[in-house]
Amino acid sequence: MLSRRQAFSAAALLAWACFAAPDSAAGQTRAGGAVLRIGYLGLLPDRRMPNTFLDPPPQDEGVQGARLGIADNATTGRFTGQEFVLEERLLRDAEAVEPAFRELLAEGIRFVLADLPAPLLLQMADLPEAREVMLLNLGAPEDALRNESCRRNLLHLLPSRGMLADALAQFLASKRWRNLMLAVGPQPGDQLYAEAIRRAARKFGLRIVADKPWTYNPGARRTDTGHLSIAAEAARFTQGAPAYDILVVADEAGDWGDDLAYRTSDPRPVAGTQGMVSTSWARPHEQWGATQLQRRFRARAGRWMLPRDYAAWLGTRALGEAATRARSTDPEAVARQLRDPGFEIAGFKGVPLSFRDWDGQLRQPVLLADARSLVSVSPQPGFQHQFSELDTLGTDRPESRCQFR
Amino acid sequence: MSIPLTPLSCAAALALALLLPQPAAAETILVSNEKDNSITVIDGASLQVMRTVPVGQRPRGIALSRDGKQLYICVGDDDRLDVLDLETWRVTRHLPSGSDPELLAVHPDGRRIFVANEDDNLVTVVDAQQGAVITEIPVGVEPEGMGMSPDGRLLVNTSETTNMAHVIDTETHDVIANVLVGARPRAAVWQKDGARVWVSSEIGGTVSVIEAGRWEVTGTIEFRIPGVPREAVQPVGMVFSTDGTRVFVALGPANRVAVVDARTLQVQRYLLVGQRVWNLALSPDGQRVYSTNGVSNDLSVIDVEQERVVRSIPVGRLPWGVVVRP
Repeated sequence: MLSRRQAFSAAALLAWACFAAPDSAAGQTRAGGAVLRIGYLGLLPDRRMPNTFLDPPPQDEGVQGARLGIADNATTGRFTGQEFVLEERLLRDAEAVEPAFRELLAEGIRFVLADLPAPLLLQMADLPEAREVMLLNLGAPEDALRNESCRRNLLHLLPSRGMLADALAQFLASKRWRNLMLAVGPQPGDQLYAEAIRRAARKFGLRIVADKPWTYNPGARRTDTGHLSIAAEAARFTQGAPAYDILVVADEAGDWGDDLAYRTSDPRPVAGTQGMVSTSWARPHEQWGATQLQRRFRARAGRWMLPRDYAAWLGTRALGEAATRARSTDPEAVARQLRDPGFEIAGFKGVPLSFRDWDGQLRQPVLLADARSLVSVSPQPGFQHQFSELDTLGTDRPESRCQFR
Repeated sequence: MSIPLTPLSCAAALALALLLPQPAAAETILVSNEKDNSITVIDGASLQVMRTVPVGQRPRGIALSRDGKQLYICVGDDDRLDVLDLETWRVTRHLPSGSDPELLAVHPDGRRIFVANEDDNLVTVVDAQQGAVITEIPVGVEPEGMGMSPDGRLLVNTSETTNMAHVIDTETHDVIANVLVGARPRAAVWQKDGARVWVSSEIGGTVSVIEAGRWEVTGTIEFRIPGVPREAVQPVGMVFSTDGTRVFVALGPANRVAVVDARTLQVQRYLLVGQRVWNLALSPDGQRVYSTNGVSNDLSVIDVEQERVVRSIPVGRLPWGVVVRP
């Protein structure tokens, strides 16, 4: 008997073999082929004084990944008679997001890559005219979006904070570094990241022996002798803590997390949002053909690929792959393909990636890396799962609080 | 004159016998080491490493010249082919290849070399005598596998991100067909009779069997190994047995080579080899299959008759391609 996966591939290939004229439902190109138009809606982050001038935050993070994905899709499209067009809306003003979104929809666009904060993302998803639209989330790691605030028209290309925390916790458990000290920044994202770390610790049998807010604002660090005050502060912060194996920092903006390593009272490694980071993409990653993607991206963008770029590339590629497999650029056919349980995409992480049907999250391995080396990739060997080991990261089906509406 | 049978002469005779290559395996095995920028040369009779030859940067795909006197090497980070003379063991020439060459196929005419340019979405055709590029053929994203049909009329190129096998007419250089296969296709290998071409899909975890002429997938092979997660099964290199009845398929991080019945497409056996097995080569006498194991940095020797792994030979870092010179 054919498995669903087999049946799906067989059907897709059969359809392909027939080689009928490309469908015309989604409009004609100049060449007469089919077009899939993809929207990109991005709210640019505020320009702020960066913690370091080594890696200034680029103003095109995300959209460069989408542009590369479009180019990759176009190469495939040459052979399939499909064309892919990116409609970019990069905005500085949150107020401008909704009008821009409506404009994209008015142009007939049904797939929108969205790099928006969670509240804005939900606001777009809940618009009446967005019912038949699919939003591909590139920038909001909130676990709530995959649980109580989930939406049927949202797919999440980036890992949730829970997935990042679970990836780190699995690594620490397999190293038997069971005692954690947690340093939590003041931002709302930092609080959520810390909460994810606490949940992951419970899930994988780790102990948080100290859990402290980081309140010191090291604004004067760049002045002469500024290093002395930050070193003294880090030493004070960690002095007298119960015996711990590793210091986990929650500082998503990168304001102070890099200033703790080598300055703690006890010699302890740092991980979390700084030090050894848990991330979907990292510069040192070169396995499973990732070198090719890194090179392709650098040649085009003139800088290294960042996690948001990777999410955007994945989203664009997923749409391209769905159109190829569906042999159609008709939005309904593409959406059906994306939702098919057998739908998989390759993402340079050695395993096929697919969407969880219970919350729309893309299953994916999570990298653990520092600035210059890939330390590990989670899920760690030994963390088994009856369906997919990738589901040991983040909210699994049984504990999901997502009820689509 | 008779030679008295002393212990000394016995030992000498024995040593001599051991040193003499057995005619059945008087072959040379050549392995490219991606991270070491070298080619490891192994004597097929003794299975000893004879020498390690430095070549250009990031050597991956390798192929013998038609006369067997030279080895063409894709040195990706140098954007060229190195030509290694197999008598003097020196790189005697460089050939243009286009950007980032990964794999290559030598046309039966011995003159034309077809090269997959991984970061340029091209297949470059090179004239080996003139040392010049003849033409470039646009294909899908990340071109990889290069399967030359036995008669040299057709070349099947796979593109890893486009997920297609592109069929190229080697005379007109036109792409005459595109066949959608499983995710991240790697190798394309023709049956000796030219009736079908087999394409492995690393991330899809399958092998697609494509009927030539119709250019349709007529069979798909899946691999299920007890105790090995499905995601770890990543088919890459393939090689046919001499009689064409069996296909050996390297399964990457599953650390196994599958033995597949070429007629029924059923997997008969899984052979445990080194870690992350990628490419395979058959010895000219058909008795052995050699596999490059990229993580354990060794070469496994498989006895074809017994379907058993009989030896592991340490080579350089990240061994990638393997060919056997008769």
